[in-house]
Amino acid sequence: MNGAAAPGSFTRRKPASERIIEPLLFLATALGVVTTVGIVGVLAYETVEFFLRISPVDFFTGTHWSASIKPYTFGVLALMSGTVLVAGIAIIIAVPLGLLAAFLLSEYASPRVRTVIKPMLETIAGIPTIVLGFFGLYFLTPNLLKPIFGDSIGTFSALSAGIVVGVLITPLIASISEDAMRAVPRGLREGAYAMGATKFEVVRKVVFPAALSGIMASIILAASRAIGETMAVVLAGGTQPQFTLDPLESVQSMTAFIIQISLGDTPQDSIQFKSLFAVAATLFVMTLILNLISNRVVSRFRTGY
Amino acid sequence: MTIKHRKRLGALALLATIAVGACSGGGATSAPSSGGASDAPGGASEAPASQAANLSGTVTIDGSSTVFPITQAVAEEFQIANSGVQVPVAFSGTGGGFKKFCMGETDMNDASRPIKEDDEGEGLACKAAGIEWIKLQVAIDGLTVVVNPANDFATCLTVAELSTIYGPDSPADLLWSQVRDGFPAEKVERYMPGADSGTFDYFTEEINGETDAATQFATQSEDDNTLVTGVAGSKYAIGFFGYAYYVENTDKLKALEIDGGEGGGCVAPTEATINDNSYAPLSRPLFIYPDVAKAKTRPELKAFVDFYLENTTALSAEVGYVALPDALLQEQKDTWAAAVGG
Repeated sequence: MNGAAAPGSFTRRKPASERIIEPLLFLATALGVVTTVGIVGVLAYETVEFFLRISPVDFFTGTHWSASIKPYTFGVLALMSGTVLVAGIAIIIAVPLGLLAAFLLSEYASPRVRTVIKPMLETIAGIPTIVLGFFGLYFLTPNLLKPIFGDSIGTFSALSAGIVVGVLITPLIASISEDAMRAVPRGLREGAYAMGATKFEVVRKVVFPAALSGIMASIILAASRAIGETMAVVLAGGTQPQFTLDPLESVQSMTAFIIQISLGDTPQDSIQFKSLFAVAATLFVMTLILNLISNRVVSRFRTGY
Repeated sequence: MTIKHRKRLGALALLATIAVGACSGGGATSAPSSGGASDAPGGASEAPASQAANLSGTVTIDGSSTVFPITQAVAEEFQIANSGVQVPVAFSGTGGGFKKFCMGETDMNDASRPIKEDDEGEGLACKAAGIEWIKLQVAIDGLTVVVNPANDFATCLTVAELSTIYGPDSPADLLWSQVRDGFPAEKVERYMPGADSGTFDYFTEEINGETDAATQFATQSEDDNTLVTGVAGSKYAIGFFGYAYYVENTDKLKALEIDGGEGGGCVAPTEATINDNSYAPLSRPLFIYPDVAKAKTRPELKAFVDFYLENTTALSAEVGYVALPDALLQEQKDTWAAAVGG
């Protein structure tokens, strides 16, 4: 009531914290935006320099990559196939596992079971990926994959890397999908039960479609995580760039190439150094496209309830 | 109640043990430093550098992953004797190391081949930057070609056969049967050091006839342990690296004999054959390149190189290389003493 009597004095007496907070928030946001713009700028600049020396057509259609052994060839499809192969295997493994886990957690498990299982699942996501890489290289391949495939599978293989990355992203899918399923209003489920539906029918025909946008988002998020994963893929997948879709072969993913070149001593103006940025930019565009698709999918499948 | 008590006592005792353990652990690690450098602890040998007390600073080293085990061993002993000096040793390959060395970023470079005098990134860059380098040989290596122990068909390869496997024209899906009739028709899984390594340079020059000319269908790594893992994991794999890495992993790898084609027949890499050069053409000298100008003004760098030359005989043998003959080693010591004026 006092405030209404003197609105002018109210604005003047705005507490210091109120005056500071807005610029502070703005600053924090701006920092993020500036960083992103800076990264995109550097990527674009160096990539253009790369394409002045190597034709983009050769880069995007070539299937042969040899950055350090003469004759130098830069066909990014060789690296891309490695990335796509590993991410593909990972998704094939993680989607069913993750979704089934999400169904269990959201629909079937008692609260007690959930409070135990969910944090355990999420622990997997917290394991440093280099550890998972070693797990793939020193346990998975020799003890599980070698007995199955014999000598046709190498020490380093896309399959081993794919499985490890699949394990890595399963909790991501499970967790986000579970959240989406639990957000489905209770009324929908009860309506279905009232019509005589069984629990499995409710899960399949009510909860799943209603949560689909969230589930799709989780899968696409997991896919971009898989594409960007580095250490596990370097360790388990190897460093041999080749254009192949054979999961038993050793591959080099785009991120693995970036690691290999940046660990050495590549001079700043060399073509190898520039190629890092071209590969990074390609990777960036790939995940950007995935994120755009994700946004599209989410809005398209969103069911209003 | 008594049980509770006992439990608590037990916990206390446990805590105390841990605490004491931690203390004594700390004491143990700090002992050499508090003990001073004069009494050369841990059997760090009779190096003259150990008398030079109160040295401090950092000696930065990069370069060949082949020389790395020796330098690392020397650095460890040196740091025990001189607790004030940090000696970080990296391995980005001979060529990679020279690039940093010639920009003045490192104090010394490990090399598994001589510096390329007229290479833009090496000799020319060094000269442009005014870096004064000196070449000192510290050991001999027998570059070792290895296969999986389960490989029962190959025991000896000729230089020509190695070139079939690692040459620039080798096909992507090369089979062992294409290397030699009678070998199984299985794909050759190839491993080799990265293009920045002196090992790669040396191997390609000796085997393929041109430095850096090699197949593009091999898995490359600057980290020789990755190559060990690769070959140890697959029956039809092949790889090569410095002798020391083979010596470290004789249980996981099988070394091949090499026929140099000079009428010597198949020769296995051993200390004796590497030393007398009968393991040809893959035995080669290993070097260090200290920065002379820096050594003149920084006693810790000079002390480190002194220490290196004094201990390389014992330590290079310990990590698996072949020590230099005495006369040759004395030559290196004289060269170094003349260069730094003392």
